[in-house]
Amino acid sequence: MVRRLRALGLTMPLLAFLFAAFIIPVLVFLWQGVHDDTYARYMSHSTPVLETWGGVSEPTEAMYAALQKDLVQARKDKTIGKVATRVNRELPGGRSLFTSTARRAARLEAPYKEALIDLKPAWGRLETWQALRVAAARYTPAYLATSVDLKYSGDGSIRRQDEKRRIHLTLFWRTIEISALVTIFCLLLGYPVAYLLSNLPQRSTNLLLILVLLPFWTSILVRTTAWIAILQGNGVLNDLFVAFGVIGDDSRFSMVYNRTGTLVAMTHILLPFMILPLYAVMRTVPKAYVQAAHSLGANGWVAFWRVYLPQTLPGIGAGVVLVFILATGYYITPALVGGQDGQMISNLIDFHMRRSLNWPLAAAMGFVLLVLVMFLYWLYDRVSGIDRMRLG
Amino acid sequence: MKPFAFFYAAGLCFATTVASAGDLTIVSWGGAYTKSQTEAYFKPWMASTGYRILSEDYSGGLSEVKAQVEAGNVSWDIVDVEDAEAILGCDEGLFEEIDPEILPAAPDGTPAEEDFLEGTIGDCAIGTVAWSTAYAYNQERLSPPPSTIQDFFDLEKFPGRRGMRKTPKVNLEIALVADGVPVDQVYEVMATPEGIDRAFVKLDSIKEHVLWWEVGAQPPQLLIDGEVVMSTAYNGRIFNAIAAEGQPLAMVWDAQVLSGDNWVIVKGTPNLELALDFIRFASMPENMAVQASWISYAPARKSASELVGNYHADPDLKMGPHLPTWPGNMKTAIRNDEEFWADHIDELNERFNAWLIK
Repeated sequence: MVRRLRALGLTMPLLAFLFAAFIIPVLVFLWQGVHDDTYARYMSHSTPVLETWGGVSEPTEAMYAALQKDLVQARKDKTIGKVATRVNRELPGGRSLFTSTARRAARLEAPYKEALIDLKPAWGRLETWQALRVAAARYTPAYLATSVDLKYSGDGSIRRQDEKRRIHLTLFWRTIEISALVTIFCLLLGYPVAYLLSNLPQRSTNLLLILVLLPFWTSILVRTTAWIAILQGNGVLNDLFVAFGVIGDDSRFSMVYNRTGTLVAMTHILLPFMILPLYAVMRTVPKAYVQAAHSLGANGWVAFWRVYLPQTLPGIGAGVVLVFILATGYYITPALVGGQDGQMISNLIDFHMRRSLNWPLAAAMGFVLLVLVMFLYWLYDRVSGIDRMRLG
Repeated sequence: MKPFAFFYAAGLCFATTVASAGDLTIVSWGGAYTKSQTEAYFKPWMASTGYRILSEDYSGGLSEVKAQVEAGNVSWDIVDVEDAEAILGCDEGLFEEIDPEILPAAPDGTPAEEDFLEGTIGDCAIGTVAWSTAYAYNQERLSPPPSTIQDFFDLEKFPGRRGMRKTPKVNLEIALVADGVPVDQVYEVMATPEGIDRAFVKLDSIKEHVLWWEVGAQPPQLLIDGEVVMSTAYNGRIFNAIAAEGQPLAMVWDAQVLSGDNWVIVKGTPNLELALDFIRFASMPENMAVQASWISYAPARKSASELVGNYHADPDLKMGPHLPTWPGNMKTAIRNDEEFWADHIDELNERFNAWLIK
């Protein structure tokens, strides 16, 4: 009992660290994707009125009056900008509608309905008020809906996003597609290398292993840029093709700033994550089994397929899961070499984190990505069993 | 205080040096740009006041500022932000308001508010430089040279790939001008759904031949490598390639889109008075003129433009014609309407991205 407690005590620092630096921040961040009280906090009069309003009937004078009161207050408190930014996410142009109305709100007189519509005709539209109703809700599915190309409206309905603005589902699908392709390429390229490594004498193995690890230690930016130099139109590879007469000078291949570039660069960068677990597992496979298969009459292919490969499955599993999950989160490489069709969902998350400051939407997209990866992980577990995965 | 911001800020505490009271932490874009600010503002201000400036680099965006303000743990005092962030951050309450009264008058006595370029004094932001997005080409690879924005969209006269920044900003504007919209009506047209459709139709005509860039360092490199025959670019980057590296690039100023960078003070800084003093110092025309001898961005006030001299590394190179505000370059300039973009960036970004992958 004491020994077990002591053992537990040794893991406590790590657990506490994980909890404080990983689990809680992730949960808090995900929470932001469904909870946004910006409007409710600063617009205390109109929030309850909007909540009781059903979102379908004509807005009443009481609603306009409450809004006018809030606008005056928010301008005085200098919180109008925050509210306006929140509303703009539901209603393009809502930002300037709020700030410019608030500037003149104090001078308006009852009846406020006419006064506001007089000032800005947008106040007479039902969609404006429906957008306000969405913004006023403290708990909202709006961000989650947006992140899967749906539109949550103020009357409670959920419809598909306007066709010209549908982008997220395509990006999620592409992220999965690119990650899967990168994983397959890594496996095809990495398997023979790992086999070679595990069957050479120790001295040559160490040398080759350094060749695998050297890129691993090089900055990802340097490696990505190197691929640009190699693959671009006037790059090393195209120059070689032209020099050897494979292609004409005016028909050079375009291998970068498109999906090809993304696949090549990401495969190269993630390759060590496939080779290392494979190598670790292959080293433990006794040579005697394959020799026994041969002496029992199996040809090379049968011995490999039925005897050797099954013993390396735990390594394949580990490598595949590692590479796939890392690939789904990549964004620097696609941003640099991806061009038009190489962007992934993480590029959009990055955009909303750093540029538009729409953290709730970033959180919602992160949540969808997390669920997607967890689902694939679960699927993998069902098909091949996570307990069979080994890192060596 | 939002809990998430707390954790974010806790992480930052480990990562950044903690300034002692009386030191100013000024955050800017690094590289040649921060170098120009160091020479023109940081060094002389430190020499005259005796206080220290800690210079930090960032890559734009307001996520760090937002985290610091929400956690009540402000370690950045002054940040150099672009127009869009100046508006967004002010709206979100991340910046201190700045009274334009602190700004020094021009040498001839013109009040600062008349001397600064239009729209460069905001509620929270004081303009420092004006820069431009225009297109450039490689003189060795393109002859006869292109000269108008129509040439950029003319695939018959100038075949080959074009570089454009992967964002709807600027691209929609120049597409409309190339389609015949006068530069002073661009944003009126863009405020209508038909105007936006029209811009996308124009972009459609060259879409297959566009290479999209994201980082400012890319366009000069793409032009030098011959990956593109023309590319929109930040004028400072192209100037640097021409003046410092001797590359055969040239700018076409037709339908250039002017934007600016601004000084802002992070809300809740303990060094508010010092920060205001620094911004006052950095807004003196004679100091602003010094910055323009280090980098080809124009001072945000008129009286400073008249004082601009020659390039610091090449006394024979006049900086004037390389600045976006040079009269010859300004004939068809578009002043970026950040208010429009603040309203519509979300929907237009989604539409632009959806258009890209179609």
